[in-house]
Amino acid sequence: MPTTNAAAESKPAPMKWLRWSLPLAIFLVVLGFLFVGLFRDPREVPSPLIGKPAPAFSLAQLHRPDRTLTTQDMRGQVWLLNVWASWCVSCKVEHPLLVDLAKAKIVPVIGLAYKDKPEDGLAWLSANGDPYQLSIVDGDGRVGIDFGVYGVPETFVIDKAGVIRYKQIGPLTAEALKQTILPLVRDLQKS
Amino acid sequence: MRHVRRVPDTAEFHLRRGLHLRHRGLHLRHRGLSLLCAGLLWTAALAAQGDPELDARLKTLENELRCLVCQNQTLAESNAPLAEDLRKEVRELAVAGKSNDDIRAYLVARYGDFVLYKPPVKATTYVLWFGPFVLLAAGVAVWVTVLRRRARMPADETLGDAAAATDGAAVSRARALLDE
Repeated sequence: MPTTNAAAESKPAPMKWLRWSLPLAIFLVVLGFLFVGLFRDPREVPSPLIGKPAPAFSLAQLHRPDRTLTTQDMRGQVWLLNVWASWCVSCKVEHPLLVDLAKAKIVPVIGLAYKDKPEDGLAWLSANGDPYQLSIVDGDGRVGIDFGVYGVPETFVIDKAGVIRYKQIGPLTAEALKQTILPLVRDLQKS
Repeated sequence: MRHVRRVPDTAEFHLRRGLHLRHRGLHLRHRGLSLLCAGLLWTAALAAQGDPELDARLKTLENELRCLVCQNQTLAESNAPLAEDLRKEVRELAVAGKSNDDIRAYLVARYGDFVLYKPPVKATTYVLWFGPFVLLAAGVAVWVTVLRRRARMPADETLGDAAAATDGAAVSRARALLDE
């Protein structure tokens, strides 16, 4: 359009500069956001429980149903809570990592069989190996709701004071263990 | 008129009587069964009916809550096992006398603001809530400036005759089109 060109030419220099740099700046900001968005998993919803005390529970143990485990029992040590289920396909993917972790004896891992029948859970553990210091059963998924579990497997890092410090949503990876979880565990164990 | 029934002592009679009694028994059993069925249906209907007010309230509430497993569905729509559990939980909380706000707070404490389809207004969501209005205001500001500049243009001597002539030609062409 000839009119706008003429108007632009008639404007003082700074405005003219703004005329193309402002849209470009907005474009670059939007581009930046979209680019970052490419590498984010929309399924990973940040948990509001991080930095908060782990919900209190008292659940029957998988191997000894007459005994329970409570949140209080784990006080004074850094521990991992691994939420799994015999019906969960991706739990099988992370399981070898947990078995290795158990062998390394770095940190106690408590297994929570989520919405699982004890007999199914036991069968699954004897078939795939039992890396857990203790297993508990959350048959109706109530404790799962309290922990905000929505995609099994999930792994929580809980510190000596019983505060949730980290949550891994979905299967553990060697990378996540090495770069995030284990360094965090070591830090927490020192304090 | 009633007359005393003659009781014939024949094999045929006994056979008939037996059949009759059996039939009666079956009939009675059948009646009992249908009564039981009706009773069961009635209880089921009562249980299903429940409290229509509560049902309506829960339906509205569940339509405002997100299912975390299938993230584009509400708690009311989703068939995911977790959604079922959460619906059950929500109902139990409601029956226990919790308000809608209490229930929302309960879920937000566990799953974060993400469970709400309508995010709360707070410092981290200001951009989300007010950003569009800021953008709209900016757009209007740009629009108004452009319009004003255009309005000033015909008076602007620096415009140049060529532009004015083009404009004039365009206007007369448009007039001609309109007049047709």
